[in-house]
Amino acid sequence: MALKASELKVGDTYSECVVEDLKRTQIVQYAGASGDYNPLHTDEIFTTQVAKYPSVFAHGMLSMGMTGRMITNYVGDGRLKKFGVRFTSQVWPGDTLNATATVEEVTEEDGEMVVNLKVETTNQDGATVISGYACARVDP
Amino acid sequence: MAVSKFPVEASHIMMFARSVADDNQIYYDDEYAKKTEPGTIIAPPTFVQASAQFDPDYSLRPKVGAPWFGSGKEATGIKREGSGSGGGGGGGLHAEQHYEYHRHPKPGDILTGETKPGKTWEKEGRRSGKLVFSESITEYRDQNGELVVTARGVGVRTERPVDQ
Repeated sequence: MALKASELKVGDTYSECVVEDLKRTQIVQYAGASGDYNPLHTDEIFTTQVAKYPSVFAHGMLSMGMTGRMITNYVGDGRLKKFGVRFTSQVWPGDTLNATATVEEVTEEDGEMVVNLKVETTNQDGATVISGYACARVDP
Repeated sequence: MAVSKFPVEASHIMMFARSVADDNQIYYDDEYAKKTEPGTIIAPPTFVQASAQFDPDYSLRPKVGAPWFGSGKEATGIKREGSGSGGGGGGGLHAEQHYEYHRHPKPGDILTGETKPGKTWEKEGRRSGKLVFSESITEYRDQNGELVVTARGVGVRTERPVDQ
């Protein structure tokens, strides 16, 4: 199941739909599990009336967490060495997100083979919500 | 943020994996996990964010007897000074998050998290006015003092809610 350096090519991609029609309940689940109870994510009254956003929106870290699932499904368990993102647009209830990893480089680092990936997650309108990178150990 | 004791527990990993809709059985089933390359349940990549649960002073969790800014009878439980035009929307948002894994946390680990401030910088935003970015770096170490995960977060405070 692990990736092999010898079989990877620059430009290879792997994609997953990481959420379809994001539910408010999933955002509540994430708040509970992560401990981030910012009402901007779960409290429609506060968010619309006080914070003046059109509705509650997902934690950036929920989108990053779901994007991480795509990466670990691709690179295998326990293989991830680095993962970083910028949150470029907010994610709203009802959004459908697709996450894609693109091979940028296969190289040797500290005596082991690694793959450097570009990571991008987009919504149903094609807007980028997460833009980042990951690095994972691969077999030779 | 400083977390002096973050016990990594299998049930917490399970709940966290559920919340990010990750059904990889390595996060749920220790019998399954034994047959994987790590040989144990491990934490999903963004799990250390849940160290907030173990930060006694974490500001985004309601606390017994303290006012809470979310809605109850009123839209917010906090009485604001002055007219407060623009409301509370020009608050903090998460701009970036980076992790480096020295190894992956697993149940039984007892982590500590020590956070140091990083750089701060400003930018004029098209959709939200002046943006003030600030970076923080957290080192998560295990019960033996070994570095497990290095996390670098960037927060941004906006002048007004982000235009949609």
